[in-house]
Amino acid sequence: MYPENYRYTKEHEWVRVEGDTGTVGITDHAQEELGDIVYVDFKYGRDTLKAGQQIEQGKTIGSVESVKAVSDIYSPVSGEVVGINDALAEKPEKLNEDPHGEAWLVKIRLSNPGEIANLLSAADYQTYIGAEK
Amino acid sequence: MLAAASLKATCLNAVHRSTGARMVDFGGWDMPVQYSSLVEEHLTVRKSVGVFDVSHMGEIDITGPEALKLTDFVTTNAAGRLQTGQIQYAGLLYEHGGFVDDVLVHKVSGDHYFLCVNASNQQKDYEHIREQNRFDAEVRLSSDDYAQLAIQGPNARATLQKLTPVDLAAIRYYWFTDGTVSGTAARIARTGYTGENGFEVYIDPAEAPRIWNEILEAGQAFGIKPCGLGARNTLRLEAKMALYGHEIHASITPWEADLDWIVKLDKGDFVGRAALLRQKEQGVHRKLTGFEMAGRGIGRDGYEVLADGVPAGWVSSGSPSPTLNKNIGLCFLPMAEARAGRAIEIVVRSQPVAAVTVETPFYKRAK
Repeated sequence: MYPENYRYTKEHEWVRVEGDTGTVGITDHAQEELGDIVYVDFKYGRDTLKAGQQIEQGKTIGSVESVKAVSDIYSPVSGEVVGINDALAEKPEKLNEDPHGEAWLVKIRLSNPGEIANLLSAADYQTYIGAEK
Repeated sequence: MLAAASLKATCLNAVHRSTGARMVDFGGWDMPVQYSSLVEEHLTVRKSVGVFDVSHMGEIDITGPEALKLTDFVTTNAAGRLQTGQIQYAGLLYEHGGFVDDVLVHKVSGDHYFLCVNASNQQKDYEHIREQNRFDAEVRLSSDDYAQLAIQGPNARATLQKLTPVDLAAIRYYWFTDGTVSGTAARIARTGYTGENGFEVYIDPAEAPRIWNEILEAGQAFGIKPCGLGARNTLRLEAKMALYGHEIHASITPWEADLDWIVKLDKGDFVGRAALLRQKEQGVHRKLTGFEMAGRGIGRDGYEVLADGVPAGWVSSGSPSPTLNKNIGLCFLPMAEARAGRAIEIVVRSQPVAAVTVETPFYKRAK
Protein backbone atom coordinates (compact mmCIF):
# COMPACT_ATOMS: atom_id res chain seq x y z
CA MET A 1 0.00 0.00 0.00
CA TYR A 2 2.75 2.50 0.99
CA PRO A 3 5.69 2.17 -1.41
CA GLU A 4 9.03 1.64 0.32
CA ASN A 5 10.83 4.01 -2.05
CA TYR A 6 8.57 6.97 -1.14
CA ARG A 7 9.06 9.29 1.82
CA TYR A 8 6.10 10.66 3.80
CA THR A 9 5.08 13.63 5.93
CA LYS A 10 2.91 13.82 9.02
CA GLU A 11 0.62 16.05 6.95
CA HIS A 12 0.04 13.04 4.67
CA GLU A 13 2.03 13.96 1.58
CA TRP A 14 4.50 11.66 -0.14
CA VAL A 15 7.54 12.33 -2.30
CA ARG A 16 9.28 9.95 -4.69
CA VAL A 17 12.79 11.07 -5.59
CA GLU A 18 14.30 10.15 -8.96
CA GLY A 19 17.61 11.82 -9.75
CA ASP A 20 17.28 15.46 -8.74
CA THR A 21 13.48 15.53 -9.03
CA GLY A 22 10.84 14.73 -6.47
CA THR A 23 7.27 13.79 -7.41
CA VAL A 24 4.78 14.84 -4.72
CA GLY A 25 1.30 13.59 -3.91
CA ILE A 26 -1.08 12.91 -1.05
CA THR A 27 -1.24 9.56 0.67
CA ASP A 28 -3.89 6.91 0.40
CA HIS A 29 -4.71 7.59 4.05
CA ALA A 30 -5.30 11.28 3.22
CA GLN A 31 -7.67 10.53 0.34
CA GLU A 32 -9.54 8.02 2.52
CA GLU A 33 -9.93 10.55 5.30
CA LEU A 34 -11.15 13.23 2.89
CA GLY A 35 -13.53 11.02 0.96
CA ASP A 36 -14.86 12.01 -2.47
CA ILE A 37 -12.49 14.68 -3.77
CA VAL A 38 -14.04 17.42 -5.89
CA TYR A 39 -11.35 20.09 -6.28
CA VAL A 40 -7.60 20.32 -6.40
CA ASP A 41 -6.15 23.83 -6.31
CA PHE A 42 -2.49 24.70 -6.75
CA LYS A 43 -1.51 27.89 -4.93
CA TYR A 44 1.57 29.40 -3.42
CA GLY A 45 0.70 32.24 -1.09
CA ARG A 46 -2.13 34.07 -2.83
CA ASP A 47 -0.95 33.21 -6.31
CA THR A 48 -1.54 30.27 -8.58
CA LEU A 49 1.35 27.85 -8.42
CA LYS A 50 3.34 27.88 -11.66
CA ALA A 51 6.18 25.93 -13.18
CA GLY A 52 9.45 27.68 -12.41
CA GLN A 53 8.30 28.76 -8.96
CA GLN A 54 10.73 28.30 -6.08
CA ILE A 55 9.04 26.73 -3.10
CA GLU A 56 10.09 25.88 0.42
CA GLN A 57 9.62 22.70 2.40
CA GLY A 58 6.54 22.86 4.64
CA LYS A 59 4.86 25.71 2.72
CA THR A 60 1.35 25.35 1.34
CA ILE A 61 1.29 24.56 -2.37
CA GLY A 62 -2.45 24.15 -2.68
CA SER A 63 -5.50 22.44 -1.30
CA VAL A 64 -7.57 19.36 -1.84
CA GLU A 65 -11.30 19.65 -1.26
CA SER A 66 -13.75 16.80 -0.83
CA VAL A 67 -17.50 16.81 -0.42
CA LYS A 68 -17.10 17.16 3.29
CA ALA A 69 -13.80 18.94 3.96
CA VAL A 70 -10.92 20.97 2.60
CA SER A 71 -7.30 20.31 3.42
CA ASP A 72 -4.07 22.17 2.62
CA ILE A 73 -1.19 20.48 0.82
CA TYR A 74 2.29 21.17 2.20
CA SER A 75 5.36 20.68 0.09
CA PRO A 76 7.54 17.93 1.55
CA VAL A 77 10.62 19.39 -0.14
CA SER A 78 12.15 22.68 -1.30
CA GLY A 79 12.99 23.43 -4.88
CA GLU A 80 11.72 24.57 -8.25
CA VAL A 81 8.34 23.46 -9.56
CA VAL A 82 8.97 21.62 -12.82
CA GLY A 83 5.58 19.97 -13.32
CA ILE A 84 1.99 20.36 -12.20
CA ASN A 85 -0.61 17.64 -12.74
CA ASP A 86 -3.23 19.81 -14.41
CA ALA A 87 -5.25 16.73 -15.40
CA LEU A 88 -6.54 16.65 -11.82
CA ALA A 89 -8.55 19.81 -12.42
CA GLU A 90 -10.76 17.80 -14.79
CA LYS A 91 -10.60 14.52 -12.91
CA PRO A 92 -10.10 15.21 -9.20
CA GLU A 93 -11.58 11.78 -8.41
CA LYS A 94 -8.29 10.31 -9.67
CA LEU A 95 -6.95 11.29 -6.25
CA ASN A 96 -9.32 8.79 -4.66
CA GLU A 97 -8.47 6.12 -7.20
CA ASP A 98 -4.69 6.28 -7.56
CA PRO A 99 -3.19 8.68 -5.02
CA HIS A 100 0.29 7.12 -5.11
CA GLY A 101 0.51 6.94 -8.88
CA GLU A 102 -1.41 8.68 -11.65
CA ALA A 103 -2.77 11.34 -9.30
CA TRP A 104 0.58 12.88 -8.37
CA LEU A 105 0.33 16.62 -7.72
CA VAL A 106 3.60 18.39 -8.54
CA LYS A 107 7.16 17.64 -9.57
CA ILE A 108 9.92 19.60 -7.86
CA ARG A 109 13.62 19.88 -8.74
CA LEU A 110 15.17 19.55 -5.30
CA SER A 111 17.28 22.44 -4.07
CA ASN A 112 18.17 20.69 -0.83
CA PRO A 113 18.15 16.90 -1.17
CA GLY A 114 19.24 16.64 2.48
CA GLU A 115 15.64 17.50 3.47
CA ILE A 116 14.57 14.00 2.54
CA ALA A 117 16.17 12.86 5.78
CA ASN A 118 13.48 14.82 7.71
CA LEU A 119 10.72 12.70 6.20
CA LEU A 120 9.15 9.44 7.34
CA SER A 121 9.84 6.02 5.88
CA ALA A 122 6.88 3.91 4.71
CA ALA A 123 7.05 1.86 7.91
CA ASP A 124 7.22 4.94 10.15
CA TYR A 125 4.37 6.59 8.30
CA GLN A 126 2.16 3.55 8.71
CA THR A 127 2.96 3.42 12.41
CA TYR A 128 2.14 7.13 12.57
CA ILE A 129 -1.27 6.81 10.92
CA GLY A 130 -1.99 3.74 13.00
CA ALA A 131 -1.25 5.75 16.11
CA GLU A 132 -3.19 8.73 14.86
CA LYS A 133 -6.40 6.71 14.50
CA MET B 1 -10.49 -0.90 17.62
CA LEU B 2 -12.71 0.62 20.28
CA ALA B 3 -14.14 4.09 20.48
CA ALA B 4 -12.17 6.52 22.62
CA ALA B 5 -13.38 6.27 26.19
CA SER B 6 -14.74 9.80 26.18
CA LEU B 7 -17.04 9.14 23.22
CA LYS B 8 -20.48 7.60 23.47
CA ALA B 9 -21.20 4.68 21.18
CA THR B 10 -24.43 3.28 19.77
CA CYS B 11 -25.32 -0.39 20.08
CA LEU B 12 -24.10 -0.80 16.50
CA ASN B 13 -20.61 0.61 17.06
CA ALA B 14 -18.87 -2.77 16.79
CA VAL B 15 -20.81 -3.58 13.60
CA HIS B 16 -19.74 -0.31 11.97
CA ARG B 17 -16.12 -0.78 12.93
CA SER B 18 -16.03 -4.35 11.71
CA THR B 19 -17.43 -3.28 8.31
CA GLY B 20 -14.70 -0.67 7.91
CA ALA B 21 -16.80 2.44 8.41
CA ARG B 22 -14.89 5.67 8.83
CA MET B 23 -15.77 6.83 12.32
CA VAL B 24 -15.85 10.42 13.56
CA ASP B 25 -16.65 12.28 16.75
CA PHE B 26 -20.13 13.63 16.10
CA GLY B 27 -21.23 15.78 19.03
CA GLY B 28 -19.59 13.41 21.48
CA TRP B 29 -20.70 10.25 19.67
CA ASP B 30 -18.44 7.86 17.82
CA MET B 31 -20.44 7.64 14.59
CA PRO B 32 -19.89 6.35 11.05
CA VAL B 33 -19.38 9.26 8.64
CA GLN B 34 -19.13 6.98 5.62
CA TYR B 35 -18.79 3.31 4.76
CA SER B 36 -17.74 3.39 1.11
CA SER B 37 -18.09 6.76 -0.56
CA LEU B 38 -20.28 9.61 0.64
CA VAL B 39 -21.37 10.37 -2.92
CA GLU B 40 -22.24 6.74 -3.69
CA GLU B 41 -24.18 6.41 -0.45
CA HIS B 42 -26.01 9.65 -1.19
CA LEU B 43 -26.97 8.61 -4.72
CA THR B 44 -28.02 5.14 -3.54
CA VAL B 45 -30.57 6.75 -1.22
CA ARG B 46 -31.86 8.97 -4.04
CA LYS B 47 -32.10 6.09 -6.52
CA SER B 48 -32.84 3.04 -4.41
CA VAL B 49 -32.40 2.57 -0.65
CA GLY B 50 -29.92 3.17 2.15
CA VAL B 51 -29.92 2.41 5.86
CA PHE B 52 -28.54 4.70 8.57
CA ASP B 53 -27.79 4.02 12.21
CA VAL B 54 -29.24 7.04 13.98
CA SER B 55 -29.38 5.46 17.41
CA HIS B 56 -27.53 8.44 18.83
CA MET B 57 -30.76 10.44 18.51
CA GLY B 58 -32.55 11.06 21.81
CA GLU B 59 -36.05 10.12 22.86
CA ILE B 60 -38.21 11.80 25.47
CA ASP B 61 -41.58 10.52 26.68
CA ILE B 62 -44.15 12.95 28.04
CA THR B 63 -46.97 11.13 29.80
CA GLY B 64 -49.87 11.81 32.14
CA PRO B 65 -53.28 13.49 32.15
CA GLU B 66 -51.77 16.80 31.01
CA ALA B 67 -49.15 15.40 28.64
CA LEU B 68 -50.69 17.37 25.77
CA LYS B 69 -50.69 20.62 27.73
CA LEU B 70 -46.98 20.27 28.51
CA THR B 71 -46.07 19.13 24.99
CA ASP B 72 -48.02 22.01 23.48
CA PHE B 73 -46.48 24.50 25.91
CA VAL B 74 -42.87 23.58 25.10
CA THR B 75 -43.23 23.18 21.33
CA THR B 76 -44.04 25.74 18.64
CA ASN B 77 -46.33 23.65 16.46
CA ALA B 78 -49.92 22.72 17.33
CA ALA B 79 -49.57 19.43 19.20
CA GLY B 80 -53.31 19.65 19.91
CA ARG B 81 -54.06 19.07 16.23
CA LEU B 82 -52.23 15.74 16.16
CA GLN B 83 -54.26 12.58 15.88
CA THR B 84 -53.12 9.38 17.56
CA GLY B 85 -50.40 7.92 15.36
CA GLN B 86 -49.50 11.25 13.78
CA ILE B 87 -46.17 13.10 13.87
CA GLN B 88 -45.32 16.78 13.79
CA TYR B 89 -42.07 18.69 13.32
CA ALA B 90 -41.69 21.49 15.86
CA GLY B 91 -39.28 23.84 17.56
CA LEU B 92 -38.35 23.72 21.22
CA LEU B 93 -37.62 27.35 22.09
CA TYR B 94 -36.15 29.43 24.87
CA GLU B 95 -38.19 32.32 26.28
CA HIS B 96 -36.13 34.65 24.06
CA GLY B 97 -37.30 32.82 20.93
CA GLY B 98 -34.07 31.03 20.02
CA PHE B 99 -33.94 27.29 19.49
CA VAL B 100 -33.21 24.79 22.25
CA ASP B 101 -33.65 22.12 19.58
CA ASP B 102 -35.92 20.88 16.82
CA VAL B 103 -38.05 17.83 17.58
CA LEU B 104 -40.43 15.31 16.09
CA VAL B 105 -43.56 15.01 18.24
CA HIS B 106 -45.35 11.64 17.99
CA LYS B 107 -48.81 11.30 19.51
CA VAL B 108 -48.86 7.79 20.99
CA SER B 109 -52.15 8.37 22.83
CA GLY B 110 -54.08 11.17 24.49
CA ASP B 111 -51.83 10.99 27.53
CA HIS B 112 -48.55 10.05 25.85
CA TYR B 113 -46.35 12.08 23.49
CA PHE B 114 -43.04 10.72 22.24
CA LEU B 115 -40.34 13.17 21.15
CA CYS B 116 -37.36 12.39 18.96
CA VAL B 117 -34.61 14.95 19.64
CA ASN B 118 -31.03 15.61 18.59
CA ALA B 119 -28.34 13.43 20.14
CA SER B 120 -26.15 16.15 21.59
CA ASN B 121 -29.14 18.11 22.89
CA GLN B 122 -31.05 15.37 24.66
CA GLN B 123 -29.99 16.16 28.23
CA LYS B 124 -30.51 19.88 27.67
CA ASP B 125 -33.93 19.27 26.07
CA TYR B 126 -35.00 17.00 28.91
CA GLU B 127 -33.99 19.55 31.54
CA HIS B 128 -35.63 22.37 29.61
CA ILE B 129 -38.95 20.51 29.36
CA ARG B 130 -38.83 19.58 33.05
CA GLU B 131 -38.18 23.21 33.99
CA GLN B 132 -41.25 24.25 32.03
CA ASN B 133 -43.40 21.52 33.51
CA ARG B 134 -46.16 23.10 35.59
CA PHE B 135 -48.65 20.43 34.52
CA ASP B 136 -49.84 17.04 35.66
CA ALA B 137 -47.37 15.33 33.36
CA GLU B 138 -44.18 13.32 33.63
CA VAL B 139 -41.08 13.74 31.53
CA ARG B 140 -38.72 10.85 30.95
CA LEU B 141 -35.48 10.70 28.99
CA SER B 142 -35.83 7.27 27.41
CA SER B 143 -32.98 7.31 24.87
CA ASP B 144 -31.39 4.19 26.37
CA ASP B 145 -34.53 2.20 25.52
CA TYR B 146 -34.18 2.78 21.78
CA ALA B 147 -31.97 2.15 18.85
CA GLN B 148 -33.10 4.03 15.75
CA LEU B 149 -32.55 2.94 12.16
CA ALA B 150 -33.51 5.04 9.16
CA ILE B 151 -34.38 3.19 5.95
CA GLN B 152 -34.56 5.79 3.20
CA GLY B 153 -35.09 5.90 -0.54
CA PRO B 154 -37.62 4.87 -3.20
CA ASN B 155 -37.08 1.18 -2.29
CA ALA B 156 -37.25 1.73 1.48
CA ARG B 157 -40.80 0.45 1.72
CA ALA B 158 -40.17 -2.68 -0.34
CA THR B 159 -37.10 -3.41 1.77
CA LEU B 160 -38.70 -2.94 5.17
CA GLN B 161 -41.92 -4.66 4.11
CA LYS B 162 -40.00 -7.95 3.92
CA LEU B 163 -39.38 -7.73 7.66
CA THR B 164 -42.74 -6.61 9.02
CA PRO B 165 -46.39 -7.73 8.91
CA VAL B 166 -47.43 -4.07 9.21
CA ASP B 167 -48.85 -2.76 5.92
CA LEU B 168 -46.29 -0.03 5.28
CA ALA B 169 -48.22 1.35 2.31
CA ALA B 170 -50.95 2.32 4.77
CA ILE B 171 -48.61 4.51 6.85
CA ARG B 172 -48.94 8.05 5.56
CA TYR B 173 -46.16 10.63 5.54
CA TYR B 174 -45.52 11.82 9.11
CA TRP B 175 -47.58 9.03 10.67
CA PHE B 176 -46.37 6.00 12.61
CA THR B 177 -47.50 2.55 13.73
CA ASP B 178 -46.38 0.44 16.64
CA GLY B 179 -45.77 -3.05 15.27
CA THR B 180 -42.87 -5.42 14.77
CA VAL B 181 -39.75 -5.56 12.62
CA SER B 182 -37.94 -8.91 12.41
CA GLY B 183 -40.20 -10.21 15.16
CA THR B 184 -39.23 -7.44 17.58
CA ALA B 185 -41.46 -4.63 18.85
CA ALA B 186 -40.84 -1.55 16.73
CA ARG B 187 -42.22 1.93 16.35
CA ILE B 188 -42.32 2.43 12.59
CA ALA B 189 -42.51 6.08 11.55
CA ARG B 190 -42.76 7.38 8.00
CA THR B 191 -40.26 10.15 8.55
CA GLY B 192 -36.72 10.86 7.48
CA TYR B 193 -33.95 13.38 7.09
CA THR B 194 -33.12 12.83 3.45
CA GLY B 195 -35.94 14.35 1.39
CA GLU B 196 -36.69 10.83 0.19
CA ASN B 197 -39.48 8.45 1.06
CA GLY B 198 -38.64 6.19 3.96
CA PHE B 199 -39.03 5.05 7.50
CA GLU B 200 -37.42 5.55 10.85
CA VAL B 201 -37.81 2.59 13.17
CA TYR B 202 -37.32 2.64 16.93
CA ILE B 203 -36.29 -0.74 18.36
CA ASP B 204 -34.71 -2.42 21.37
CA PRO B 205 -30.95 -1.69 21.26
CA ALA B 206 -30.19 -5.33 22.09
CA GLU B 207 -31.90 -6.40 18.85
CA ALA B 208 -30.39 -3.67 16.69
CA PRO B 209 -27.30 -5.49 15.34
CA ARG B 210 -29.46 -8.42 14.18
CA ILE B 211 -32.10 -6.15 12.63
CA TRP B 212 -29.43 -3.99 10.98
CA ASN B 213 -28.09 -7.09 9.21
CA GLU B 214 -31.57 -8.27 8.28
CA ILE B 215 -32.35 -4.89 6.72
CA LEU B 216 -29.14 -5.10 4.68
CA GLU B 217 -30.14 -8.59 3.52
CA ALA B 218 -33.71 -7.54 2.75
CA GLY B 219 -32.42 -4.66 0.64
CA GLN B 220 -29.73 -6.63 -1.16
CA ALA B 221 -31.86 -7.04 -4.28
CA PHE B 222 -32.15 -3.25 -4.43
CA GLY B 223 -28.45 -2.64 -3.91
CA ILE B 224 -28.96 -1.27 -0.41
CA LYS B 225 -25.96 0.43 1.20
CA PRO B 226 -25.23 1.30 4.80
CA CYS B 227 -24.95 5.08 4.83
CA GLY B 228 -23.07 7.39 7.15
CA LEU B 229 -23.66 10.79 8.61
CA GLY B 230 -21.80 12.36 5.68
CA ALA B 231 -24.49 11.31 3.20
CA ARG B 232 -27.18 12.09 5.76
CA ASN B 233 -25.88 15.66 5.84
CA THR B 234 -25.74 16.19 2.07
CA LEU B 235 -29.17 14.56 1.65
CA ARG B 236 -30.80 16.77 4.27
CA LEU B 237 -29.10 19.85 2.84
CA GLU B 238 -30.51 19.21 -0.64
CA ALA B 239 -33.94 18.88 0.96
CA LYS B 240 -33.27 22.05 3.00
CA MET B 241 -33.85 20.39 6.34
CA ALA B 242 -32.37 22.30 9.25
CA LEU B 243 -29.39 21.00 11.21
CA TYR B 244 -29.06 22.05 14.82
CA GLY B 245 -25.94 24.16 15.34
CA HIS B 246 -26.11 25.38 11.75
CA GLU B 247 -29.53 26.63 10.59
CA ILE B 248 -30.98 26.64 14.11
CA HIS B 249 -29.47 27.37 17.50
CA ALA B 250 -30.02 29.54 20.57
CA SER B 251 -29.45 32.79 18.64
CA ILE B 252 -31.76 31.96 15.74
CA THR B 253 -35.56 32.23 15.82
CA PRO B 254 -37.98 30.25 13.62
CA TRP B 255 -38.72 33.41 11.59
CA GLU B 256 -35.02 33.77 10.80
CA ALA B 257 -34.63 30.06 10.01
CA ASP B 258 -37.48 30.28 7.48
CA LEU B 259 -39.50 27.92 9.65
CA ASP B 260 -42.61 30.07 10.06
CA TRP B 261 -44.73 27.01 9.24
CA ILE B 262 -43.79 25.24 12.47
CA VAL B 263 -45.00 28.18 14.59
CA LYS B 264 -48.71 28.33 15.47
CA LEU B 265 -49.15 31.65 17.26
CA ASP B 266 -52.91 31.14 17.51
CA LYS B 267 -52.73 27.94 19.56
CA GLY B 268 -52.32 29.71 22.90
CA ASP B 269 -49.27 30.44 25.00
CA PHE B 270 -46.02 28.53 24.60
CA VAL B 271 -42.41 29.06 25.58
CA GLY B 272 -40.94 31.69 23.26
CA ARG B 273 -44.25 32.96 21.91
CA ALA B 274 -43.95 36.47 23.41
CA ALA B 275 -40.46 36.89 21.97
CA LEU B 276 -41.60 35.68 18.54
CA LEU B 277 -44.52 38.11 18.55
CA ARG B 278 -42.19 40.93 19.56
CA GLN B 279 -39.72 40.10 16.81
CA LYS B 280 -42.52 39.95 14.27
CA GLU B 281 -43.73 43.42 15.33
CA GLN B 282 -40.29 44.97 15.45
CA GLY B 283 -39.14 43.31 12.27
CA VAL B 284 -37.15 40.23 11.39
CA HIS B 285 -33.74 41.33 10.14
CA ARG B 286 -32.25 38.21 8.61
CA LYS B 287 -33.47 35.09 6.92
CA LEU B 288 -32.13 31.74 5.85
CA THR B 289 -31.63 31.71 2.09
CA GLY B 290 -30.45 29.10 -0.37
CA PHE B 291 -27.53 29.74 -2.71
CA GLU B 292 -25.65 28.10 -5.53
CA MET B 293 -22.04 28.80 -6.27
CA ALA B 294 -21.55 30.42 -9.67
CA GLY B 295 -17.75 30.53 -9.46
CA ARG B 296 -15.43 27.71 -8.59
CA GLY B 297 -15.53 26.91 -4.90
CA ILE B 298 -17.65 25.57 -2.10
CA GLY B 299 -19.26 27.93 0.41
CA ARG B 300 -18.91 26.11 3.69
CA ASP B 301 -20.26 26.53 7.20
CA GLY B 302 -19.09 29.81 8.74
CA TYR B 303 -17.84 31.42 5.54
CA GLU B 304 -18.69 35.10 5.14
CA VAL B 305 -21.26 36.25 2.58
CA LEU B 306 -20.83 39.55 0.73
CA ALA B 307 -23.62 41.53 -0.94
CA ASP B 308 -22.33 44.28 -3.23
CA GLY B 309 -18.89 43.59 -1.83
CA VAL B 310 -19.95 44.32 1.75
CA PRO B 311 -20.21 41.70 4.56
CA ALA B 312 -23.88 40.75 4.76
CA GLY B 313 -24.16 37.35 6.40
CA TRP B 314 -22.73 33.89 6.84
CA VAL B 315 -23.05 30.40 5.46
CA SER B 316 -24.79 27.95 7.80
CA SER B 317 -24.24 24.82 5.66
CA GLY B 318 -22.65 24.28 2.28
CA SER B 319 -21.52 21.34 0.20
CA PRO B 320 -21.34 19.91 -3.26
CA SER B 321 -24.75 18.47 -4.10
CA PRO B 322 -24.24 14.93 -5.41
CA THR B 323 -27.75 14.87 -6.92
CA LEU B 324 -27.57 18.22 -8.69
CA ASN B 325 -23.85 18.35 -9.42
CA LYS B 326 -23.69 21.91 -8.15
CA ASN B 327 -22.22 23.48 -5.06
CA ILE B 328 -25.12 24.51 -2.87
CA GLY B 329 -25.62 25.99 0.54
CA LEU B 330 -27.73 27.89 3.01
CA CYS B 331 -26.84 31.29 4.39
CA PHE B 332 -28.29 33.98 6.60
CA LEU B 333 -28.83 37.25 4.75
CA PRO B 334 -30.42 40.59 5.63
CA MET B 335 -34.16 40.49 4.91
CA ALA B 336 -33.81 42.90 1.95
CA GLU B 337 -31.35 40.56 0.22
CA ALA B 338 -33.09 37.30 1.11
CA ARG B 339 -34.77 36.63 -2.21
CA ALA B 340 -33.92 34.28 -5.05
CA GLY B 341 -31.78 35.59 -7.88
CA ARG B 342 -29.61 37.96 -5.86
CA ALA B 343 -25.94 37.92 -6.89
CA ILE B 344 -23.73 37.48 -3.82
CA GLU B 345 -20.19 36.42 -3.09
CA ILE B 346 -18.95 33.84 -0.61
CA VAL B 347 -15.51 34.36 0.85
CA VAL B 348 -13.78 31.04 0.24
CA ARG B 349 -10.39 31.00 1.98
CA SER B 350 -9.91 34.78 1.61
CA GLN B 351 -11.17 34.85 -1.98
CA PRO B 352 -14.65 36.17 -2.82
CA VAL B 353 -16.33 33.69 -5.16
CA ALA B 354 -19.52 34.47 -7.10
CA ALA B 355 -22.77 32.85 -6.01
CA VAL B 356 -26.45 33.47 -6.49
CA THR B 357 -29.39 33.02 -4.14
CA VAL B 358 -31.93 30.43 -5.25
CA GLU B 359 -35.32 29.01 -4.35
CA THR B 360 -35.31 26.07 -1.95
CA PRO B 361 -35.49 23.16 -1.42
CA PHE B 362 -32.69 22.37 -3.84
CA TYR B 363 -34.12 18.89 -4.35
CA LYS B 364 -37.71 17.69 -4.20
CA ARG B 365 -38.59 14.08 -4.88
CA ALA B 366 -41.04 13.35 -7.69
CA LYS B 367 -44.44 12.51 -6.20
